[in-house]
Amino acid sequence: MSAPSETAKSSGGGLAAFFKGPGGNLLGRFLALVLVFAFFAVMVNEGKFYTLRNLENILRQSCVYATAGLGMTMVIIAAGIDLSAGSLIAISVVATAWVLGPDDNGGVRLFVAQHPTLAPLLAVSVGVLSATLAGLFNGTIIVGLRLMPFIVTLGTMGMIRGLAKGLAHEKDIYPPGDETWINHIMDPRLANWIARFHDPALAAKTSPWAILPAGVWILFVGVIVASFILRYTRLGRHIFAVGSNEETARLCGVRVGRTKLFVYTACGFFCGVAGLMQYSYIGGIGQPTSAVSYELFVIASVIIGGASFNGGEGSILGTLIGALTITVLYTGGQQMGWPKWVQEIVIGGIIIGAVALDRLRHRRQG
Amino acid sequence: MTSRLEMRGVRRSFGATLALRGVELTVAPGEVMALVGENGAGKSTLMKVLSGAIAPDGGELRLDGEPYAPADPLDARQRGVAMIYQELALAPHLSVMENILLGIEPVRGPLVRWAELRRRAVAALAEVGLDQVAPETQVRRLAIAQQQLVEIARAVALDCRVLVLDEPTSSLTARDIEKLFALIRRLKARGIAVVYISHFLEEVRAISDRFTVLRDGETVGAGVTAGTPSEQIIALMVGRNVAELYPRSVRTPGPVVLSVTNLAAEGKPLAASLELRAGEVLGISGLVGAGRTELMRAIFGLRRVLAGEISVGAFGGAADPQQRWAQRVGLVSEDRKTEGLALGLSIADNLTLARLSGLGPFGLVLPSRQQAACAPWIAKIPIKCQGPAQSIGGLSGGNQQKVAIARLLHADVDVLLLDEPTRGIDVGSKAQIYQLIDELAVRGKAVLMISSYIPELLGVCDRIAVMSRGRLGPARPRSDWDEHQLITAAIGQEEAA
Repeated sequence: MSAPSETAKSSGGGLAAFFKGPGGNLLGRFLALVLVFAFFAVMVNEGKFYTLRNLENILRQSCVYATAGLGMTMVIIAAGIDLSAGSLIAISVVATAWVLGPDDNGGVRLFVAQHPTLAPLLAVSVGVLSATLAGLFNGTIIVGLRLMPFIVTLGTMGMIRGLAKGLAHEKDIYPPGDETWINHIMDPRLANWIARFHDPALAAKTSPWAILPAGVWILFVGVIVASFILRYTRLGRHIFAVGSNEETARLCGVRVGRTKLFVYTACGFFCGVAGLMQYSYIGGIGQPTSAVSYELFVIASVIIGGASFNGGEGSILGTLIGALTITVLYTGGQQMGWPKWVQEIVIGGIIIGAVALDRLRHRRQG
Repeated sequence: MTSRLEMRGVRRSFGATLALRGVELTVAPGEVMALVGENGAGKSTLMKVLSGAIAPDGGELRLDGEPYAPADPLDARQRGVAMIYQELALAPHLSVMENILLGIEPVRGPLVRWAELRRRAVAALAEVGLDQVAPETQVRRLAIAQQQLVEIARAVALDCRVLVLDEPTSSLTARDIEKLFALIRRLKARGIAVVYISHFLEEVRAISDRFTVLRDGETVGAGVTAGTPSEQIIALMVGRNVAELYPRSVRTPGPVVLSVTNLAAEGKPLAASLELRAGEVLGISGLVGAGRTELMRAIFGLRRVLAGEISVGAFGGAADPQQRWAQRVGLVSEDRKTEGLALGLSIADNLTLARLSGLGPFGLVLPSRQQAACAPWIAKIPIKCQGPAQSIGGLSGGNQQKVAIARLLHADVDVLLLDEPTRGIDVGSKAQIYQLIDELAVRGKAVLMISSYIPELLGVCDRIAVMSRGRLGPARPRSDWDEHQLITAAIGQEEAA
């Protein structure tokens, strides 16, 4: 089977050609990530930066951006944009907490206590579904009214955020504390997992899969699913075609509207999943003001990962690398003791630099 | 012989405008039918009807005797009617093979069957003689001519019965055109009915068996190509006799206004020398990619000069476009749509862009003065439009090009650099532009003109120089050249190099 790469590949075959083409791009991006990491590893005192614990932390922290970035990658490949990503994450956070109920609600507390697995499952479904529906709404407006995605999602960014605040009555929802498993999907696992080797009792109690938080595994599954869709399905190739040349796609009988509808809905879905991670990460609180301006980090991850705002280009693995790069910069800056304002300037500069480098590379290749 | 495609009395209106008011056209299997007509004659509407993008209001379409009413472009493709559009319709980021089978990918459930897709793409590529290109290559890495072949491969992969080509040669070199014609003849031999839309009568003559002339949305004539003189076809197209396509008044060359000595710029040109006098038209011939456009852009300061000298009148040395305008040199770009004009803006904005001074007090630009400044040009050239405030995107290609040239006239330049000034425009507009160039030369303006259309160079220019592989040959009077010599000079030197 001759499968194409996600960023349609250049001539020739085999591994060498892969690394000359899009694989080389990914490799370059990965090396940049390693370089940034190495920089902090050297600069941060006492080797604190390259401990396993810190690596795990970086993975955990990049989860929200990377997961939301899966859908955003599809949107940007199709030459669109979704500015409502941060709000989509928030609606999922709030909807999840809303199903589990506020702390002072006796009835819900009882329900959760009686069904420790089922109740959170319901909450998770509602959380993800709410964001997916909101994404579908984005797509419907963009396709149905033929409006610019930038404007539509700028509008829905406010609408969805407002909805989240309304649902939470403008205050944080505190569901019954530690009783649900959702609160723990982002908990660190590595230290515990290593301890299994010395403690047979612990080994019997915990799963060997618990080397990483569940959220990271969810991300990995998402990466595989999204890559698979983009690479191997007709729908995935149509996403590239629509982004590369919409008129041509239409001419060739590609259902352009349906393809766009899918990418915005998928973006909603993945933002919904990212919302669960966010919910767990901030300690199981339905905070309607969480994930504000996350769309910028998500978009930056996708762009650092090699996507182009003109569409037709981008890859899931690239987005993953982009999200990790931003997180490494962020945590690195924190551990260096840089003030917040310096971090912001540095991250902003890196985003511009990455895109500028990309442009140079494109020009060289003609 | 039964017709492969038959159109009878096809009508279509947009609001109050009758775009098609009775089109009659038949093509037999294995026949090439040339469809000619000025821009605005209804060719593009006709193509949209054929491709299923719009439905006709009335009339009859038949494909192999059966009623043909495609619901959408996909339906038309599946019934075997394929279109090659003037603007290449490819997804540049996708691979060659994906482009060939876009929209009709072989699938198993939601999955693309890559091996099958590749096999079918390779077969189609071989059919169009593009087997040296790997099917995985990204389309944007291919040359224009190759991209066009990919489009034709797309039609072949579909096993099309009718192939419609819209101005397929507008961005091809003479050599690639020959290859294209050879391919069309092969397709024709396989029984495909070909509709060939073109402005170039030479091409119509070279490739078609019969022709149909469309004017104002109506079929006004048809016939066998071989037995019909070109003048008759042109007369049918424009609805009047084109007494003289290339007018030529008595021109008296004046002093040298532009001189270029051993110019080398980044990439191309490698070496170019020329002298352009006031009151003359100097043509540059050659293959696409020989460095003609690059030479012109280097003169205008759009390309970095590495060596050599350019002097405009008394001004020496390299300069940027702003300085060139001040030195009364103006350029019309070969790429009207992306570079030459701002398609979202009005005629007045486009026309006055190079010289906004004097359009209001205190350096202000008053729309009323802008529009007033345009009015004489619109009337004189003439530019067919609703008025200077109309958006330029709504004009035909020919009228857009006239605005691009009028910009130079408004800026009152002495040296006009025209890069493919008649590319992709209709015969009527071409005649008007030739007329304009002649008048300018008589009035003492100097014109440097690039064209890939040799009859036009021979008709319009006083002297012609040939560019080949980045080197400009000597300029000789046009009476010293004929079509064959110009082609030999463009190719021959290339092979010798």
